[in-house]
Amino acid sequence: MADDGTPAPSDGQWPLWEVFVQPPRGEPFEHAGSVHAVDAESALQNARDVYTRRGEAVNIWVVPTAAITASTPADSGPFFDPGNDKPYRHPQFYSVPRGVRV
Amino acid sequence: MAPALDGPVQAALVQYLLRLGDDRLVLGHRLSEWCGHAPILEEDIALANIALDLVGQATLFLGLAGAAEAAGRDADALAYLREAIDFRNVLLAELPKGDFAFTIVRQFLFSVAAYYRLEGLATSSHGDLAGIAGKALKETRYHVRHSGEWVIRLGDGTSESHTRTQAALDALWRYTGEMFLADDVDATLVRAGVIPDLATAEPKWLAQVTGVIERATLAVPPSGYMQRGGRTGRHTEHLGIMLAEMQILQRSYPGAKW
Repeated sequence: MADDGTPAPSDGQWPLWEVFVQPPRGEPFEHAGSVHAVDAESALQNARDVYTRRGEAVNIWVVPTAAITASTPADSGPFFDPGNDKPYRHPQFYSVPRGVRV
Repeated sequence: MAPALDGPVQAALVQYLLRLGDDRLVLGHRLSEWCGHAPILEEDIALANIALDLVGQATLFLGLAGAAEAAGRDADALAYLREAIDFRNVLLAELPKGDFAFTIVRQFLFSVAAYYRLEGLATSSHGDLAGIAGKALKETRYHVRHSGEWVIRLGDGTSESHTRTQAALDALWRYTGEMFLADDVDATLVRAGVIPDLATAEPKWLAQVTGVIERATLAVPPSGYMQRGGRTGRHTEHLGIMLAEMQILQRSYPGAKW
């Protein structure tokens, strides 16, 4: 238990943050990994030191891991079944004009 | 190639560069002692990164010092083959690393002072010196941010961290004055137009340091007697012990490379 009454994480570590970095040239943010930190500013600094020291990124996001709602392996059936028996979901039977890249 | 300077100015420049290089080499080594021992993995990496920045800056400043001295000594020779009495770092840099609060407070006090010095030196008429200062300035801005944020969290954290951080501040305060001492070396270089007058660095440092200390709910120690001696080679007993460890490889296996 910290002085201000907030409960310590159950594993005795500082809270976990997920780190997203934006590669140079403005590509979409990618998940890089996670860091422990006591607050957002520290998380940002730790993320910078752990994941971006070799020019990998031009921007960093840090998000409390607890704020992320994730799908579970049990979801894999209903969530991600591509429905291969429904050919209209896969519009691949159109003829593509020559010179168009898909 | 820098323009040739008069003999006394050139000698002062060598001294000045040794001071800049030695501050960073010694403090960088002290920080590296945390490698594998920091409170958490993330901070271990952060301290090692800052240590590497400082040793990198030392390499550049000492390399330039060796070139200006023109006595055939490169950065490695200056780092590994001088005795404690020849080192020109401030005493603040050589004190043992202490606890985490001590290391963080020292880093903060040093980095803010370094920031304002480098900011001035980046405008030096000496092209190489200005270039190195500009590169180091960028790194130092991050060192200030990292150590400053830690001072606030430690001071305004638990009663234990507050007590330790205040104790570190009280112990280190008397070593801060030496960072702003200007002697004949500085005066010679200012007169020759090599470096700007850095008299404003100390009030700027005090204002910034005071702001962070107050945000951290800590007390600025009363100003009083300031320790000095490092700039002229009069060091604490701690430096020799540190150098013995830092230099043993080159001393035992001269010229060893890997």
